[in-house]
Amino acid sequence: MRKNQVAVVGAAETTELGVIPNASQLQLHADAALNAIADAGLKLSDIDGFATAVETPQQVCHYLGIKPTWVDGTSVGGCSFMLHVRHAAAAIEAGLCKTVLITHAESGKSMIGKLPRSTPADSLNGQFEAPFGVYGPPSMFPIPVLRFMKTYGITHEQLASVAVVQREWAAKNPRAMMKDPITVADVLNSRMIAYPFRLLQCCLVTDGGGALILTSAERARDFPRKPVYIMGTGESVETPMVSQMETFNSSRAFKTAGPLAFKEAGIAHNDVDHLMIYDAFAHLPLFGLGDLGFMPYEETGKFIADGNTRPGGKLPLNTNGGGLSYMHSGMYGMYALQESVRQMRGIAPAQVPNAKISVCHGVGGMFAASGTIVFTNER
Amino acid sequence: MAEPQRARPKPTPETQHFWDGTKAGELRLQRCDACAHVYFPPRPFCPSCASRKVSVFKASGKGFLYSYVINHRPAAPGFTPPYAIAVVELDEGPRMMSNIIDCPQTPEALELDMKLEVAFQELDDKIALPVFRPAKG
Repeated sequence: MRKNQVAVVGAAETTELGVIPNASQLQLHADAALNAIADAGLKLSDIDGFATAVETPQQVCHYLGIKPTWVDGTSVGGCSFMLHVRHAAAAIEAGLCKTVLITHAESGKSMIGKLPRSTPADSLNGQFEAPFGVYGPPSMFPIPVLRFMKTYGITHEQLASVAVVQREWAAKNPRAMMKDPITVADVLNSRMIAYPFRLLQCCLVTDGGGALILTSAERARDFPRKPVYIMGTGESVETPMVSQMETFNSSRAFKTAGPLAFKEAGIAHNDVDHLMIYDAFAHLPLFGLGDLGFMPYEETGKFIADGNTRPGGKLPLNTNGGGLSYMHSGMYGMYALQESVRQMRGIAPAQVPNAKISVCHGVGGMFAASGTIVFTNER
Repeated sequence: MAEPQRARPKPTPETQHFWDGTKAGELRLQRCDACAHVYFPPRPFCPSCASRKVSVFKASGKGFLYSYVINHRPAAPGFTPPYAIAVVELDEGPRMMSNIIDCPQTPEALELDMKLEVAFQELDDKIALPVFRPAKG
């Protein structure tokens, strides 16, 4: 795909984030969509392309009154929205539609109108993982961590520092759920969830949503907000069963999606001013830094523990506070994208001065899928 | 009121040989007749070369501890926390999720790369699960 041909011209989260007991999941989609449409200065009737995950496109389009000529229901977990951005950019370039709305919302905490997630007993996960006591992401996502730590010499303290640094970013963000400072000792003394991970190394569980609007770079000049261009994109999937990953020393999906996006954007790692790596759990930024090629895996833990990703550090990472401290409704990819767009617009609560290139990297399932978007505010 | 049951696998036509094997006290894997690739989970073709000519064979049941978590909360129905959820790498190459028996469920006792051997845990009169214990000697 050619770079910088499509831009984000509308971006917004739900009016509230956190605990929202007065709205269903479907209404949260609508709330985010209406906020994004207002942000872009558009009407609902201007939308001719639509993408969402978990909820179906027909469900959300009918609720909003949208009549699309292009839809994408790709649903591969929390990075689905990175894939939607990639697919939407291709669709706009191909002339299949002009203005795409992407929505996410999840009543992850209040569980109002939330679709059930189940693992059938005759699925492969149901036969070869569920009988051994996996029960939700905290029991599955950290399974590779001990092998990764042993292979690369990563310490428990370094993995704890991920949560500490992200809390520093969250403290600057009025909408973050958790803002009180924490120490490595606090993390290592918090309640054990699934060894080696403790409570403060696991993401929050909240309600909320977000929406993006994309159009061609040519049309983007006529919108009220500063356009944020899609400079590069990548995607892949590996396996729905964490036990069947090729290796626990890296993620094949990350290693496919990330480099694709860098190549398409034509950038090197030292061109990146701002970085988001979906942090459902504390090990994900380490996998991301290594798999995206920022540094050897052995250096990832020390890099974060030494403060290189904290406010004022040389590689600002997860500047909204991340899934660990900002919010995590279940599919966090949309919030990572929103923070990249805010940084490129120059309006983030913890703004990185003069940031021109933002890389936003997502995971779906337990390393099952991945999507990477490179944004820029210069064409 | 009955206790919530541990998740029970339901075989499909493609996996029935595996579950027949565990019931008979055998860990069964598949090997491609064309390229010799050994793979898991079961399927009637080779995921490496796409050949449909594959054979079922009895695996050694030996392997090592590749990685694990010790789950504290939330615990799955039928499990008493803390309990380890392990991934075992078999000597034949494939990895599988399992539990570790006859071993304290602690970081000190569960050492990565420790040698393991298969055992079979009866869930009911139809299903036995492959679990692993520290290898003897």
